[in-house]
Amino acid sequence: MRLKCLIAGTVLAGTLAGAALPAFAADELHVPLFSYRTGPYAGSGIPIANGMHDYLTMLNERDGGINGVKIRITECETGYDTQKGVECYEQVKNDGALVISPYSTGITLQVIPKASVDKIPVLSMAYGLSAAAEGNTFPWVFNPPDTYWDGASAIIVDIARREGGEENLKGKKIGYIFLDAGYGREAIPLLEQLSSDLGFELMQYPVAGKEMQNQSSQWLNIRRDRPDYMIMWGWGAMSPTAVKEATKIRYPMDKFYGVWWSGGNDDAAAGGDAAKGYRTLNFHGVGSDFGAIQDIKKYVVDAGKSEVDPAKFADNLYNRGVYNSMLIAEGIRKAQELTGKTVIDATDMRNGLENLDITEDRLKEMGMEGFALPMKLSCEDHSGHHKVYVVEWDGKDWQKSGDWFSPDVEMVKPLLEKAAEEYAASNAPWPERTEPCLN
Amino acid sequence: MDMLYSILVDPFVQMVELPDFFLQVLWEGFVAGVLYALIALGFVLIFKASGVFNFAQGIMVVFAGLTLVGLHEKGVPAYLALILTIGVMGVLALAVERFVMRPLVNQPDIILLMSTIGLTYFLVGFGEFVFGGEPKQMITQELGLPTGSTALEIGDGGLLILQHIDIAAAVIAIIMVGALAVFFNKTRIGRALRAVADDHQAALSVGISLNQIWAIVWFAAGIVALTTGIMWGARSDVSFALEIIAFKALPVLILGGFTSIPGAIVGGLIIGIGEKIGEIYWGPLVGGGIESWLAYMIALIFLLFRPQGLFGERIIERV
Repeated sequence: MRLKCLIAGTVLAGTLAGAALPAFAADELHVPLFSYRTGPYAGSGIPIANGMHDYLTMLNERDGGINGVKIRITECETGYDTQKGVECYEQVKNDGALVISPYSTGITLQVIPKASVDKIPVLSMAYGLSAAAEGNTFPWVFNPPDTYWDGASAIIVDIARREGGEENLKGKKIGYIFLDAGYGREAIPLLEQLSSDLGFELMQYPVAGKEMQNQSSQWLNIRRDRPDYMIMWGWGAMSPTAVKEATKIRYPMDKFYGVWWSGGNDDAAAGGDAAKGYRTLNFHGVGSDFGAIQDIKKYVVDAGKSEVDPAKFADNLYNRGVYNSMLIAEGIRKAQELTGKTVIDATDMRNGLENLDITEDRLKEMGMEGFALPMKLSCEDHSGHHKVYVVEWDGKDWQKSGDWFSPDVEMVKPLLEKAAEEYAASNAPWPERTEPCLN
Repeated sequence: MDMLYSILVDPFVQMVELPDFFLQVLWEGFVAGVLYALIALGFVLIFKASGVFNFAQGIMVVFAGLTLVGLHEKGVPAYLALILTIGVMGVLALAVERFVMRPLVNQPDIILLMSTIGLTYFLVGFGEFVFGGEPKQMITQELGLPTGSTALEIGDGGLLILQHIDIAAAVIAIIMVGALAVFFNKTRIGRALRAVADDHQAALSVGISLNQIWAIVWFAAGIVALTTGIMWGARSDVSFALEIIAFKALPVLILGGFTSIPGAIVGGLIIGIGEKIGEIYWGPLVGGGIESWLAYMIALIFLLFRPQGLFGERIIERV
């Protein structure tokens, strides 16, 4: 009897284990998305996840995938929690994942050392470890089109332009309010360097994750310190609360800058009319007046295959998700071109990302003319330090304010090289690059 | 010497030099304290009646706020949405009494605490399923709550900015505390509730229905949660991040006592004003960001002298 039970149990366990194994089809391209549609950061996570998902779905619906191979899109809910993100990574790494998009600097920092061992590229699009732009130290990590250090530098460049030159920043006070986590702390070394180089005083206002919706103390300090400009590295519920608090203390909103992640429509709308003038960085188009976005509407949203609330379609963070998925799709396409295969693996994908070269013509073909600028990566440079522009909140939507401009690449680049060396030294023995360069 | 000066003298000099700013800090602390007190009230109500630390109070705040805004988004007029939300909190109270509390009568306190943790996860999932995870803007104007601010001139060009919604929060909190005090002390149900709080079995023996009392008290906690959700939601947004803020009520409860309504109010105000003054005047000495733990420090210091809290009942047990 016991033996029968044991055999039956073993068979059952075997069946269940078999059922739990991933359906690993050879003729597909598996793109896992680490999303957070729940929890305190869902306000930012949902539009990003919708944009990423919908662009890839559109490629499946319109083109039958990429070069005839369907994209298998899976989502793993992280709740913006680093531990859950690492669990997601472990879950997808043996499931044919082509690329990891952690959507959290904390998760990115955790998976960077794993990625080079597991041979899976990490695409932390405009987030994560800035030093990872150094391709020779971090061959498996990509952070185009810009690093956080580029972002911080770009804001200072714009402030300097308004003040009539960098020399006029001497003696100014610039406040930095940030989510007190890996994400918010990432830009501090660069801002401190700029403060010492240009002579402005940097005042820091950390916001603990638990206190995101309780920022009155930080804004009281800001009211007392009277910084000439404010810079925000906010995410989730932090950004709309900060915008509201800024209006409460009557801070001049046109002197309040957010990094690109603090540029959600809901973030600015929370401040009502008083939030007019709030500025954030951007690196893609605003609104739905682009061919690719219209295709998403036609093939995905109108066909009932999207989770996006129609009223929030083509919001700024939604478009950010679209842009991110466009980079993934172009990485796949490039890998297919380099290998001559249509079904690629993660190593091919790494080569594809490293050889990304999105030209003006290619943007036109994709229906993204005017939506994004051409971009190019190389073996040495996994970010590209591309141009950005500023958008300003007009009370209802974001409006382009001024032209595209470059961060101070000459200043940022050597600092990134030094930071990459320091990272490798402090994580010794950091593996030497052995991956071939196909540029 | 410099360090002693910056700790013992400089903060007070700043208070005197910028009186308008000091008043602003006091006002912001007062408003935060009122809101902490409102959250703490929900905990106190349930603890008084059942000895249960209701871990789900934070998510009840979010759930009530989301229900109100969610109904309005679906086209229900604001006041009708408010009434319907009160109804939903009533149904929730009945369901909690019937499916959580009643089957666990006479179980150890830790089991009841665990059940409220389970309830938290249920409400998180149910709330996200019904209303989605995106933050929602509170329907402040539609509910007739005031918006905007008034700036009072203080001294030589100084400004004290009072947000109208904060004034409303303070007034509503005072009315709510008054109503609860009358309810507990002057009504038959209130007396029954106090009897249940003292001794479940003795209350049962004199014919008090435990089930009815628990349903009433969970409903009252639901109303307090709705009020808190409206007020916090008006200050920022209604989002699941509010659930975390609810735990700011813990030091308030430690300070004021788990069974005292006046304790929740006084504790809330001490914590609210204390943490703001601490963060603004002493925080910069250690790089800021002390607010998140300062409240617990204040509560711990009080605990050293009054373990039962300021207004809590001294527990004497014979061995």
